[in-house]
Parts: sequence; C-alpha cells; structure tokens
Amino acid sequence: MNHSPNLLDEALGLTGRGFGCGALSQGRVVLVEDCVETSGAFVLHHLVKRALSTDSGGNVIFIALSHSFSHYDRILRKLGCNLSMHREHNRFHFVDMLKVEFPNEIQKNAVEHGLVDLYSKILKAVEVSSSGDYSRAHISIVIDDLSILEIVAHGSVDHVLDFLHYCITLTSEQDCSLVILNHEDIYPEMEAPRLLSHLIYLADFVIKAEPLVTGIAADVHGQLTVLKKGTFNDSQYTDKASNFHFQVKENGVELFFPGTRC
Amino acid sequence: MAESICRSLRDGSIEGEHSPALTIKDSLQSHAGTHAFNYFLCSLAANVCAGKSQARGLVLVAFSQSPSFYLSLLKRKRMDASLLTKCLRILDCYSDPLGWKEKIRQSSGPDKPVFTESDYVCRDVKDITKLLSSILELGKGFSEGRAYFAVAIDSVSSMLKHASLPSIAGFISNLRSHAQVSSMLWLLHADLHEPRSTAVLEYMSSIVASVEPMVEITDGQKGSDNLFWLGRGLQKGRFHVRFKRRNGRVKLFNEEFHIEHTGITFSTPSSENIVVSQTLLPKQLQFNLQLSEKERADRSRVLLPFEHQGNGEPIQIYDGRRSLTESNTGLNGLQQHALSIEMEAQRMQSKGEIHYIRDSDDEQPDSDEDPDDDLDI
Repeated sequence: MNHSPNLLDEALGLTGRGFGCGALSQGRVVLVEDCVETSGAFVLHHLVKRALSTDSGGNVIFIALSHSFSHYDRILRKLGCNLSMHREHNRFHFVDMLKVEFPNEIQKNAVEHGLVDLYSKILKAVEVSSSGDYSRAHISIVIDDLSILEIVAHGSVDHVLDFLHYCITLTSEQDCSLVILNHEDIYPEMEAPRLLSHLIYLADFVIKAEPLVTGIAADVHGQLTVLKKGTFNDSQYTDKASNFHFQVKENGVELFFPGTRC
Repeated sequence: MAESICRSLRDGSIEGEHSPALTIKDSLQSHAGTHAFNYFLCSLAANVCAGKSQARGLVLVAFSQSPSFYLSLLKRKRMDASLLTKCLRILDCYSDPLGWKEKIRQSSGPDKPVFTESDYVCRDVKDITKLLSSILELGKGFSEGRAYFAVAIDSVSSMLKHASLPSIAGFISNLRSHAQVSSMLWLLHADLHEPRSTAVLEYMSSIVASVEPMVEITDGQKGSDNLFWLGRGLQKGRFHVRFKRRNGRVKLFNEEFHIEHTGITFSTPSSENIVVSQTLLPKQLQFNLQLSEKERADRSRVLLPFEHQGNGEPIQIYDGRRSLTESNTGLNGLQQHALSIEMEAQRMQSKGEIHYIRDSDDEQPDSDEDPDDDLDI
C-alpha cells in the first residue's frame, strides 16, 4: 500500500500532515480531460483512493454513469481500497445512474426534473455524510463522466452546466470538492470550445491526459498535464503547470518527469 | 486609466442621460477579469460607503460567486461592516438560480434539507423582467426612496447562459436609462459567447476595459497546445480601455496590470516590458559579427570608388523629382526609382564617367542591400 505522495498529489496540493489534508481542500473543482487514446479514469481512481484512505478520512459521493459498482470495486481493490466496506460505513456513496433515462417528450421539463432528482440524491448523501461518524470530513463529489451526463440530458449543454453550477454551490456552502471527468475529443469543432471553455472557467485544477507526442510506447502510457489556475507561487501570480509521464499499472499509477526514468 | 474609470463610476450620470456603464472583458488567455472586476467593485463600494459618490447605495447581482465571498472580499479591504450593511445589497443569484433547492425542499418529507441562504435570493434567473424589478426594488430600499444607486453584475456571461441576448440587452438598457441608476459595471468572458453578444454589450457600455495577455497568442489550435497558454505568466498583462466621453470623443488608454497578493494594480506601460526579440543566433559563435570601434573608424575612412572621387562635386542624393539629363524613353516611373550604377554608366557617351547618385540618405555607403528590393513589378 503506497501512501507516499506521488507527483500528481504534489501538483494538486494533496500532500500534508494531519487529518483531512490528504483530501482536496474545500472549494476545489477539478476537471479531468482525456481522449480516446489516453483514458483519464486512473486519475479518478487515484483521487477516490486518496480521499478514502485512513489518513485523510474523507467521504466520496460517486456519480457513476459509465460503469457499474463492481467495476470500480475491482479496480480499487487492486489499488488497496475496499469500496464495499466503505460503502457499508457510508463513506462511499455510489449513485448508480447507469440505467437512468430521462423521459424525452412526456414532460416539458423532463431533463430538468431528472437533474433535480440527481441533485437531491447528492444532497441527501452529503447530509448523511455530514451527520455520520466522519461528520467533519471532507466530501469529494466525483462525476464519471460528464459527456454521458450530457447524453442523458438529451444533449442539453445548458442543463448540464446548470447542474454543475449547483454542485459548485455545494463546494462553497459545505466542505465539498468536485471532480469531473470529461472527454475533450468528442465534440464537433464549433461546439467544443463553448462547453470546454465553460468548464475551464469553472475549474480550479485542470488535469489533461494525452498520448505522447511521439506515439504509442510500451512502458509509458501517456502524459499528464496538471494546471492550477491563478495561484500565488513565490509572490508571483501565475497558472502553475506541471507535466509528467505516467504508466498505469495493476496496483497503481507510476508518475515521473519526462526523461527521468531509466 | 484605472483611476479615471473609478472617477467616472463615482461621479455617475447627469440628469437626462444614460448612466456610465463599464464592461470588463477577459478571456481564457488572460483570465484576470475577476480581479479587475473586484478592484472596480471595491473602489465603487468604498466611494459609496464614504458618501463620495453620486450613488447612495450599491446593488450587486452575484451569479458566479457566493455573497459571502464578496462580503469577505470587502471586509478584507477594510470596509466597515456596519456601513456595508447600509450601503450594499447583494442579490443572490448564485445559491439557487433555478429554484431547484426550493423544489427539493417542497417535495421532501419531514426532514427538510437545511440551506444556508442570504437575504435576497433570486430563484428564477431566466425571468429577466422579475430580475429587473428585484434590482430596482433593492435599489429603492436605500436611505431615501429617491436616491441614486449603482449596479454591479458578476457576470453577464452567466446571465447569457440563461436568457437570450435581446432580453439581456433590454434589461441593461432599462437599467441604464432608469432615472435612479447612477452607474453600472459588469464582467464578461469574451470566449464564452459569440462575437455578436460581446459586440452588443460593448455598444451598450460607455467604457470597455479589456484584460489581455502581454503577448497575444494567436494560434487557434486545439489539442495539447490548448492548455499550455494557460500556464503562462498571468502576473502581468495589458489593460486596454476604450472610453466614450460625454462630448462624443473616444479615448483609448493602454495600461499594464500586475496581480499581487493584495489584488490587482495598474501602472503605465513601461518600455522594458516590450518583449525583447531573441536574436536567432546561437549563444556561442566562432566569429564576430559586430564591428569594433577601430574597425568602424577604418571603414568610414575607406574611399569609395564612385562617390568620393574627390573632384569637388557635392554628393548628390536622388530625390525622385528631377528627371535625368538623358532621355528616358526606355525608363518608366518605377525604374526611375531604382537606378543603379550600371545603368548610369551605360548611358554615358564618352570616357566612361560614372555619376553615382545615391538613392536616399539613409542608404549606407558600401551597403550590401539590394537597391531593387522595393521594386514592385
């Protein structure tokens, strides 16, 4: 079990001592962008594992649109995290959206009703987390993934953005942070800039998983760029960008600066 | 200049005229627009609280940040909390813009979820008419019923997400022409909308302030380059202001801004910030491309074959007006400009004198430049 912080943790500011420092601090919105060649799901798995680890003691509300619980259970088990146990202890709330379908034309505001329902489920989960054993713990809301939410909402980008806005209000009113996975290569040329720009404006961290510029390699699966927006870094206000390579393994992900691996 | 913008917002409107309106425009390349908005908001709020402005109160329409964020921001600027409660009203369009929390509250059973909310919450931001009337109501609630008030909107981009451009244009126009509105300011993210929306809002404002990066990055590529321009230094940038004055004149200002811990500061542009173009030479060269002083002196003493004949004639510089002494049947206007030594020589009848007429004064003697460079054939 590897508890030492890796490069991604450092870039996100997850390193630190004490209770609750392993989790993203309050009010953080993390956007993970990936593409067909390089899946960014490992970032979500890593963040879930960090949030549920014993030294951070946080809670996770997982909105699953693309895979079932058993899928995540299997993967996280290999990473050393027992999701079933956490689920029983109400530290891990799994909101299963796989079979949910918003009716199209029956009701006029069907999509909105569906999203309001989803939001109310999240609120209930937040309430349960805040009143349970780990009441002072940080709650991470993870959405996997946003493009499927858009499909469920019948392509209505506005409704999806409204839903995200409500989730973001949770980050400021309660001790929550939001992690969103989105695919950046599925939009047609004209539409893409709008939604992606909205997301980048909303996010505090943007993590981008891309293939290597040189092509496919056997031992390096891709490159990860972590951008922290608008921070003070030695009294210089800048966007802090870090770039490293990664290799996804069975029991975790290995991150290293380009060229440092022999 | 930033100061003149603050003064303009402070002084407010004249009877019978639209109130001054400031648009702060930014983009992802230089997303420091929120800092600029906070700066002008704090300045206006300070003026209102101190009684120095025409407006007796400030109505802040908050879409993208919670009201508590603004209150803590203003308190950090050392504004008196009691004065703030008297002079500031925040219309909360952030917590529950579409009324979802209200719906959940109504549909949930005995254990209603508890929401912490501020005093004035707008639950339906799509209804622009109702939004307008809420703002006007809040504005009338300041000390005397007939007092002026200022309006700040953060941000108009969020409004455009929920309502159409014509309705928002009408909303802003109504506010600007309202007798009691003293001044307005709003924030706009230019790359979230079509250029048309940005243009409409710019037309409706008297001051347009754009926050731009120091060096404009113009490649429209997507992909992995997309985020790297976000990683560039945000600390400095250009602040470009277009000021429409009452007398109809338009003034353009260019300043620089710096972002520090305390917030954003504006300064006059300094020449040192012009990006020094890197020469294309590698760092270590085997040979010397510059001339030393001695070499420069030696070069100036070289007797050029045609110009310095020493025959007492003054150095003539061709000024394009005089026609040449020989016939110019074969020459057209273009060719007259670029007479070279060889052509001159050919026209000489006798002993092969060479009359060298230099093209212009700034052509260096013994220059390697091709005099036909500017020919446009």
